[in-house]
Amino acid sequence: MSVLIYIENPNGHIKKSGFEVATYGAKLASSMGTNAIGLILGSATNAGDLGKCGLSKVLQANGLPTNEFDAQSYSHVIAQIAKDHQANVVILSNTANGKALTGRLAIKMEAGSVSGANALPDLSDGFSVTKSVYSGKAIVKYKINTKNKVISVMGNSLQPDMSGQAIDVEQITVTAPTTKLKVLERKTSDGIVPLPEAELVVSAGRGMKGPENWGIIEELATALGATTACSRPVADADWRPHHEHVGQTGVAIRPNLYIAAGISGAIQHLAGVNNSKVIVVINKDPEAPFFKAADYGVVGDLFEVVPRLTAAVKKFKHA
Amino acid sequence: MNLLVCISKTPDTTAKISFKADDTEYNSDGVTFILNPYDEWYALVRAIELTEQNGGNVTVINVGPATNDIIIRKALAIGANDAVRIDTDASDAFTVASNIANYAKTKNFDIIFLGKETIDYNGSEVGAMIAELMDLPYVSYASKLDVQSALSTVTREIEGGEEVCQVEGSFVLSAAKGMAEQRIPNMKGIMMAKNKPLEVIAPMSGDVRVSTQKFVLPPAKSGVKLIDAENMDELVRLLHEEAKVI
Repeated sequence: MSVLIYIENPNGHIKKSGFEVATYGAKLASSMGTNAIGLILGSATNAGDLGKCGLSKVLQANGLPTNEFDAQSYSHVIAQIAKDHQANVVILSNTANGKALTGRLAIKMEAGSVSGANALPDLSDGFSVTKSVYSGKAIVKYKINTKNKVISVMGNSLQPDMSGQAIDVEQITVTAPTTKLKVLERKTSDGIVPLPEAELVVSAGRGMKGPENWGIIEELATALGATTACSRPVADADWRPHHEHVGQTGVAIRPNLYIAAGISGAIQHLAGVNNSKVIVVINKDPEAPFFKAADYGVVGDLFEVVPRLTAAVKKFKHA
Repeated sequence: MNLLVCISKTPDTTAKISFKADDTEYNSDGVTFILNPYDEWYALVRAIELTEQNGGNVTVINVGPATNDIIIRKALAIGANDAVRIDTDASDAFTVASNIANYAKTKNFDIIFLGKETIDYNGSEVGAMIAELMDLPYVSYASKLDVQSALSTVTREIEGGEEVCQVEGSFVLSAAKGMAEQRIPNMKGIMMAKNKPLEVIAPMSGDVRVSTQKFVLPPAKSGVKLIDAENMDELVRLLHEEAKVI
């Protein structure tokens, strides 16, 4: 028995979400009294750091085309390695790729699966996992009834614990199955933390009046080290790129801090952000529904409040 | 083209979320149910567009009881040609996926469509499971699809960007925003839908792998703390000292 953790290494580098799942898997293995094995497909510059999360072994499987994600061939390799190491629990990140793998691995392993777990499993009565449902409006506790289990973990569900020792990475070779899917092109915004992984997010809506006014939002985001986001009408009007749209039909996020300026807070927008730990709302309309979901509110003209907040953040950072 | 679109019934986006039976079941009293928006706006409409351009047939499939027929008729009114309902409760993702795959294996579908997730369980698992059960490629969170005979070009969302992929042969696709524009059924469509075939088939037996133990509502916000618009130093202090997020 063991717990296998698949850790993504986009562009040869493990991100914070990777260390989160490694920590999740190590803590779960420890409460199950078994070993945690980390797996990366292809190399990662910081793979040695995975051991610090409490893994007893880190495997690097070579032989698959990296940066060419194909759920069919990736799940084939992960399931084979799980079998070779008698892993009956597989843990992975609930990323775009992680979601595509969870269901496939569940079928291959005849496992019950939960996609988007928000906390460590409860082992007091069988094996139960909680996750957010109804677009953030409720939490469900699922019981997995099968011997094998597959769990994908929502980002920012726990803090990486890297207090252990770095360990050597063990190299293994796998045979890649033939694939029917080819990645032709990839477009990403370099150097910016993608929204689903962002801890701090600054978002703005129609109250901005036009795309030319976004400078003040970007300045606040830069001062905080935050990622920018927007509401649906703003993305629909092409004021901002679509991947910045958070809400029911856009990206669902759960940062530590979500600052919303000039967004009224329609229920469809809240569905994408109500798992944020702290919400700050800036709006000139004191009746904006968003204030009901907020922790802190500022009633005022965002064109005055946002630059003032940016100045206050800069002062705080330099203090 | 022979296309299959998997559809779900979900509470309306603005529906009140509450639970009954000792918090083990969703309380549907007074709730309006809808066709899951991702299934309807993106998956179904794109499938219909493809058959309009290239000829072919769109079948919609749902796993659920007879009360789901209302959303199946809506899909037919929007333009699907025929429908199948597998007559069992959608207990977990595996039950839904295994029943759909069991049906789809007997037909030659070129592409199997789903929405990227349902707005109730937010699992995004069924598509991946169907693909695995049928040994097909799976492209999830697709925002664009073009088909040229046996070669499809698909744009999919990834963290902070997108990828353009090429898929050979049949595959399973989950659709996201950008794939198509919502269509409102017209009166002719609604009338025609009444006479389109809806086949009800018996489910296959299988174990429920994941069961619901309990629902809880998230802890209520304690109420908003208003900060003077002139005093952003105070907001920064609270975010640092009280909320501890910066």
